[in-house]
Amino acid sequence: MNKREKGALTLSWIVALAFGVTQNANAMHIMEGYLPMGHCVAWGALCLPFVVYGVIRIQRIARDHRKTLLLLAMCGAYAFVLSALKIPSVTGSSSHPTGTGMGAILFGPAVMAVLGLIVLLFQAILLAHGGLTTLGANTFSMAIAGPFVSYGVYRLCQKCRVKKHVAVFLAAALGDLFTYCVTSVQLGLAHHATASIPAAIGEFMGVFALTQIPLAIIEGIVTAIVVMGMESFAKPELAELGYWRSRQAEVSR
Amino acid sequence: MKHRGSLIVGLLALCALIAILPLVTLQSEFGGADGEAEGVVSQLNPAYTPWAESILEPPGGETESLLFCLQAGIGAGILGFGFGYLVARKKFHKEAGTDRGQVR
Repeated sequence: MNKREKGALTLSWIVALAFGVTQNANAMHIMEGYLPMGHCVAWGALCLPFVVYGVIRIQRIARDHRKTLLLLAMCGAYAFVLSALKIPSVTGSSSHPTGTGMGAILFGPAVMAVLGLIVLLFQAILLAHGGLTTLGANTFSMAIAGPFVSYGVYRLCQKCRVKKHVAVFLAAALGDLFTYCVTSVQLGLAHHATASIPAAIGEFMGVFALTQIPLAIIEGIVTAIVVMGMESFAKPELAELGYWRSRQAEVSR
Repeated sequence: MKHRGSLIVGLLALCALIAILPLVTLQSEFGGADGEAEGVVSQLNPAYTPWAESILEPPGGETESLLFCLQAGIGAGILGFGFGYLVARKKFHKEAGTDRGQVR
């Protein structure tokens, strides 16, 4: 990491700590205007270090591993497609998958903070889905929390020697589900006037997490299929990403 | 390879089944979960009024579906390009006699 990158990262952490922690920070995505200003700022600030680190990682990949850029674009496109699909669910309402798990598995979670942010910006500006004021909170749930869980689950599965495709399925599905658990927590922390915070979080879980369970399974299956496709046709790229080496460091990690 | 092909078809059918099952078993309009969450907010926090509105609200369902299609289309286009490139590369490397597309 060079000096400028280090500086940017440090600065983003300072902003994150200054706003994210000192603020009284007691999806689908959270709707525009549905989080109080303080919460919006706090979640946004908390996202900054991850996004800055993600940009640095992408620069690294573009410089040292040019060959894998096509796969990176495909991971971003995958998130684009999946988050446009509103699928009916068992609760009688619809939601959409996140599609951030695949990129997290192949490139590490930080990269998805940037790609997920792009998806959310597109939806917030053009589709009135999510929102600019709630962009920080939504980025945290979909582009940071979800991918980190996906990555963690995938690594854990590798340690336990779970079959690769099963690991991909579990990682993508649980990351998807966790995204909406975080959304529920974010809303519960903001809106609990007539109920306790845990009860409020529970209410939102009932709306978001429950709806998401079948969609998470779908995302897990589709992600496993796409990864199978890449295994057949993108061997050299996956090798460069360290996909075939189990439990070893990937791209300059 | 053939075994994997039928596995993939089976898995895709399973996905479709999961998505279709609620449609045929439940009587519902399948509105967005975020709209439902708005209801929960007004119940848990009746005094709260949203303080911002979307800057560009699509005027109707048609325009919104246009934009959602655009999003899916852009994504699918890039994915298709990527896989097309990779599949053809493997094929032509094979024909040229190099091993399994391992050449840069």
